[in-house]
Amino acid sequence: MANLVSIISGVIFGLGLAISGMINPAKVIGFLDIFGNWDPSLAFVMGGGVGVTAISFRLILKRSTPLFGGSFHLPTASDLDGRLLGGAAIFGIGWGLSGLCPGPAFASLAYLDPKIGLFVVALIVGSYLARFIQARA
Amino acid sequence: MENFTPIPSFIGGLLIGLSAVILLLGQGRLAGISGILGGLLSAGSGDRPWRLLFFIGLIAGAAGYAMLGGDISTVDINPFRLSGNTQMTVLLLGGLLVGFGTQMGSGCTSGHGICGLGRFSVRSLVATGTFMATAGLTVVLVRYVFGGA
Repeated sequence: MANLVSIISGVIFGLGLAISGMINPAKVIGFLDIFGNWDPSLAFVMGGGVGVTAISFRLILKRSTPLFGGSFHLPTASDLDGRLLGGAAIFGIGWGLSGLCPGPAFASLAYLDPKIGLFVVALIVGSYLARFIQARA
Repeated sequence: MENFTPIPSFIGGLLIGLSAVILLLGQGRLAGISGILGGLLSAGSGDRPWRLLFFIGLIAGAAGYAMLGGDISTVDINPFRLSGNTQMTVLLLGGLLVGFGTQMGSGCTSGHGICGLGRFSVRSLVATGTFMATAGLTVVLVRYVFGGA
């Protein structure tokens, strides 16, 4: 059952990314470029998404366990450290260069463009590198 | 603002929120893409199947949109009109930075943005503000200082 939940959640996420236009790097860049022909669409995606999670997450987390067993896995860190800020800053630079964040990058693999494949390979290598360095630190 | 698509974008956002609700309610996990990926990359991580299935679903959802007649003709992965080798280099560099930064900062647009803000996490609010700012700055630099389109 948990596996079915994962796949359904993934499908809806991918569909949402495609419908929202966020799988289109040009559209993301259109939001980030506030001096150009500004496209505020991304703010509506965030508004819709955060609207749903802000209302429902607190209700869900009143339960002692998820519906299909196990426990809730939530981050416990609360400090604003250099890792958080540095990581977010580095991610933003890569996002601005490409117009691709991890969700749209993986979802776009569906469209079989080898350039997206290249980006995803680089993303996985970068992820490995960060985890490798953190594991040794 | 002729490219502005408030209604599909809002509906897409609602669906992404719904996806996060299903994953949290169903199996207690946050729908942060970089977090789900991170667990796949960890050696000895015993919970790979649900993560892989989520990714398969993610790709299937995007494919389904196109198969059901959704328009993907406007998708443009070269918004700065870079030439061949430069585009490849920028895509590689972008991918490395996105991967490195999201693992180092424990989240991306979905984990910190959609899920973290929904949990009223101060860390996620600060992270989201930070990556939005550096992304905006990067676009402005590429477009207006280095002369990309």
